Amino acid sequence: MTMPFYVAPEQVMKDRADYARKGIARGRALVAIRYVDGIAIVAENPSETLRKVSEIYDRIAFAGVGRYNEFDQLRVAGIRAADLKGYQYSRDDVDARTLANQFAQILGTVFTHEMKPMEVEILVAEVGLEPDGDQMFHILYDGTVVDQRDTAVLGGDAEAISGRLAEGFADGLALADAVRLGVAALAGPDRELTLAELEVATLSRGNGRRCFHRVADDALGDLLG
Amino acid sequence: MPFFAPTDDPGANFPELLRRVGMGPGVDGDGHIDVPHATTCVALRFADGVVMAGDRRATSGNLISHRSMEKVVQADSYSGVAIAGAAGPAMEMIRLFQLQLEHYEKVEGSPLSLEGKANQLSMMVRGNLPAAMQGMVVVPIFAGYDLRREIGRLWAYDVTGGRYEEREYVATGSGSLHAGTVIKVGYKAAMTRDEAINLSVRSLWEAADADSATGGPDALRGIYPIVATVTADGWQPVGDDDLAPRFREIADEVLVRSTPPAPGPGRADVADERDDERDEGSDDA
Repeated sequence: MTMPFYVAPEQVMKDRADYARKGIARGRALVAIRYVDGIAIVAENPSETLRKVSEIYDRIAFAGVGRYNEFDQLRVAGIRAADLKGYQYSRDDVDARTLANQFAQILGTVFTHEMKPMEVEILVAEVGLEPDGDQMFHILYDGTVVDQRDTAVLGGDAEAISGRLAEGFADGLALADAVRLGVAALAGPDRELTLAELEVATLSRGNGRRCFHRVADDALGDLLG
Repeated sequence: MPFFAPTDDPGANFPELLRRVGMGPGVDGDGHIDVPHATTCVALRFADGVVMAGDRRATSGNLISHRSMEKVVQADSYSGVAIAGAAGPAMEMIRLFQLQLEHYEKVEGSPLSLEGKANQLSMMVRGNLPAAMQGMVVVPIFAGYDLRREIGRLWAYDVTGGRYEEREYVATGSGSLHAGTVIKVGYKAAMTRDEAINLSVRSLWEAADADSATGGPDALRGIYPIVATVTADGWQPVGDDDLAPRFREIADEVLVRSTPPAPGPGRADVADERDDERDEGSDDA
């Protein structure tokens, strides 16, 4: 009988983290920016049909980077959890923080218990009734939850992108300014992103009960001017 | 958070999801239960889409149990559902139906087709059959604007979930016979929105006039039927300030129709003429 080689737990965790980080870094990034009427999410996504950003509930959006099938599975689980809670209690009782914690549980469990960690980073954003209530939760592949106030960056090259975002961000940006900032931060100084490579959605306070709104290509063209 | 193996995944089906997590509907007990009943609703097609209308009364036997019930509700951006029958299961069915349409749209990333929605409601009505056997009958109307075919469409249902698409109009509930007849008589192809609203309002008036379980417009409390249209522009409710004058017009018309000619100057004139004739006659003699 052969014995498996002993590998220190620290090494196992490090290997898994490296594996997940590499997978995520290969993908394209996305940013979320607070603007005057809510939260704008700008993703670099060449696909017209496979979405990175989507609606979870009345005031809550989901965005993911990394392996599509994995974050899509999480997205659907999020919609289910939210719809069940809203059905069982009230629509007002569904909140981003609870969802973020549940996502973190799943990601954390998969990271430690499964053969392969999920190669994803996700964002759960909620738009408040007032600007003060806007919330963003950034959840990493190992279940780490970070709550962010003004901007969030997910995916490859996050440091450089968040540097560019921080430079241009101000409180109370108009939607067009926020989207332009997001696109410029994603592209960097040497690249130009076309409409076909962008996916933009907003969580807007003024959008009625369902705040989530996908910005169509022509409307996006107008925003970018 | 509900997480399923691929083989056990309920997909975009919310009621199925409820069953998987043990929150599905259960029916227990037997025999008939006396519960509030919702009454008359109609829907009819006009040139640009459909109009839906329903009265506001719920009854328990011979008592009015609720005066401001909303039986015509928006299902999603391009469709509405109207319900007659046992109020409790009916409202729950509407809630679940709305949720199912939204759940599907979010999970799948695009909304169900209008026919898909009608079919979904049919399954829900069929699911209610055990309760219907105990007297909790729910009979909805589904109507909406078909974005693919660019027409308004409407469906009637029966207790077993039978789904019947109609071309002109549908009526359901206790006053449906009267309301349906009014629409049948007054229906024209390709009416304007305004004409269609007037006809639906008229049908509810006549139903309320002849059926004790259907509520008429209640000007005293400011409660008017719920009327809404669904067109390419989506769901548009017709406000009370728009409905009030339409009902006043009908009321005025009924008043004129049912007032006997007053024994005033009109009769007197006739009498005078006779007198004159007689006078003339006497002259001749």
